[in-house]
Amino acid sequence: MRMWKWMPAVAGLLMLLAGAPLDGLAQEGGEGMAEAAAEVAEQAVSAEMFTVNNVWMMVATFLVFIMHLGFASLESGLTRAKNTVNILFKNTGIIAIGILTYTLIGFNLMYPAEWLANGWLGEFVFGIANTMGDAANDTSAYNAGYTYWTDFLFQAMFAATAATIVSGAVAERIKLPSFLIFSALYVAIVYPIFGAWKWGGGWLAEKGFHDFAGSTVVHSVGGWAALAGVILLGPRTGKYVNGSIKGIMGHNMPLATIGVFLLWLGWFGFNGGSVLSADPAMVSFVLVTTCIAAAAGIMGAMLTSWIVQKKPDLSMALNGALAGLVGITAGADVVSVTSAVIIGLVAGVIVVFSVIGLDRAKIDDPVGAISVHLVCGIWGTLAVGIFATGIDVGGSYTISFVPQLIGVMAAGVFCFVSAFVIFLILKVTLGIRVSEAEEISGLDLGEHGQEAYSGFQTWTTQ
Amino acid sequence: MKLVTAYIQPEKLNDVKQALFEADVRKMSVINALGCGQQMGYHETYRGADIEVNLLKKVRIEVAVNDEFVHATIDAVIKGARTGTIGDGKIFVQDLSDCIRIRTGEKGSEAIG
Repeated sequence: MRMWKWMPAVAGLLMLLAGAPLDGLAQEGGEGMAEAAAEVAEQAVSAEMFTVNNVWMMVATFLVFIMHLGFASLESGLTRAKNTVNILFKNTGIIAIGILTYTLIGFNLMYPAEWLANGWLGEFVFGIANTMGDAANDTSAYNAGYTYWTDFLFQAMFAATAATIVSGAVAERIKLPSFLIFSALYVAIVYPIFGAWKWGGGWLAEKGFHDFAGSTVVHSVGGWAALAGVILLGPRTGKYVNGSIKGIMGHNMPLATIGVFLLWLGWFGFNGGSVLSADPAMVSFVLVTTCIAAAAGIMGAMLTSWIVQKKPDLSMALNGALAGLVGITAGADVVSVTSAVIIGLVAGVIVVFSVIGLDRAKIDDPVGAISVHLVCGIWGTLAVGIFATGIDVGGSYTISFVPQLIGVMAAGVFCFVSAFVIFLILKVTLGIRVSEAEEISGLDLGEHGQEAYSGFQTWTTQ
Repeated sequence: MKLVTAYIQPEKLNDVKQALFEADVRKMSVINALGCGQQMGYHETYRGADIEVNLLKKVRIEVAVNDEFVHATIDAVIKGARTGTIGDGKIFVQDLSDCIRIRTGEKGSEAIG
């Protein structure tokens, strides 16, 4: 395909830029991150504790990494067999794009040492540190909780997670090159710029906006992009026919289930690692609120789907677990156990209605990504302002509802508009949707010339 | 009594079923099949190797009908499946010597309808 000819040139450019000398600028940004870390950094930390903290942060990095396997499995399971290679390829591509763009520009843009527009846009500094040997990066001099390298990698995994949310929503009809270009631009530029507003010490942080592990910064950022993409892409062929909604069933429920449980496992690192140290009380408490919300999410979705759909729907229950997890992500450190139950339960109920509602609005989301990550991301963020009002966070600010609302709206405006613009440009230039003939015969053959299940008879009647 | 067997493109199944329903033919069985006729195959690639695939995905519909329904059935299948491109498929009509409904033991034309 002619598209691939410019890939080597881009790869070469990336390698050149990654070799650019680093001034050690990203360090300060790492410490601007979460308020929970501020307390740890102020105390002197022993060599043993530094190692313990760093080990936990590395383990958390592995766990967030495994979420990519979770997404790949879940998305494969909830879509048709004829598109499975394409889904897996997109997921494989995204982790690569996420890590590499974070290396190139994302990390520095998210934690700027110098601002171009104070609190709004950091300086564009290309490349991270290149080698070990700088004590400012390699020891607790960087941070009491982790080395520069741990900081970078842990955050890189978060960035890649935001990007992969989009791939589920646009599945089964998006053009591969357009999707990869969109992902590269979105995760390289939009995600870190927004992230800097909060975790990089920008204007949202100054307003007292609280987002512990990223209900807004990660999940809704991905969710808004998914919504923009789906609106511009249009629904799958045969999904909405003569005013009625046709169910297009996923081909592998076991894989979908495996995916959700892997994601839950990953969330132990996503939320547990957002403590930014191995602080026993904080990490263990956060894991409790996280798991309680997930469990409550399943119950909320299970009951809602049982009532609304007359029979309990597995895919809804699975979405419910994720809804609860996304919902608790903003406030796992500050809400009570009781609140965690309510947050998860409500998220589970919301996600079912959102999935059904989006279908009624003719917004086709094959895996429920928008319902889980955007809608419940917004819920989780606002829930902090409802259930944790008045809590003082690290002496920096007190939680209240209005800053949470501001954060949600800032994400909505910035992320939705950016994603919409990028997708629109791609739509009028390269095109973002495959032809109808290709959509019917399956993207595996059309985009990849491969089958996922060679040797098996799969139906392609739908 | 006749057994009408039609090989069609998989994505045309819904249209063919709809056309059959409109012709008041509501009983059928559908089987996944691989097949080829005039349609050329296509290429897949796998780890640097080229694979030529010339058994293509098809769907086989079997309908047992009384003689007076044969033409309506054939017309319905054609209406649902025809696109004008090579690969639309074929219909075979065979004589059916008997048909028995398992539940009741009815035979012949009563069992078909």
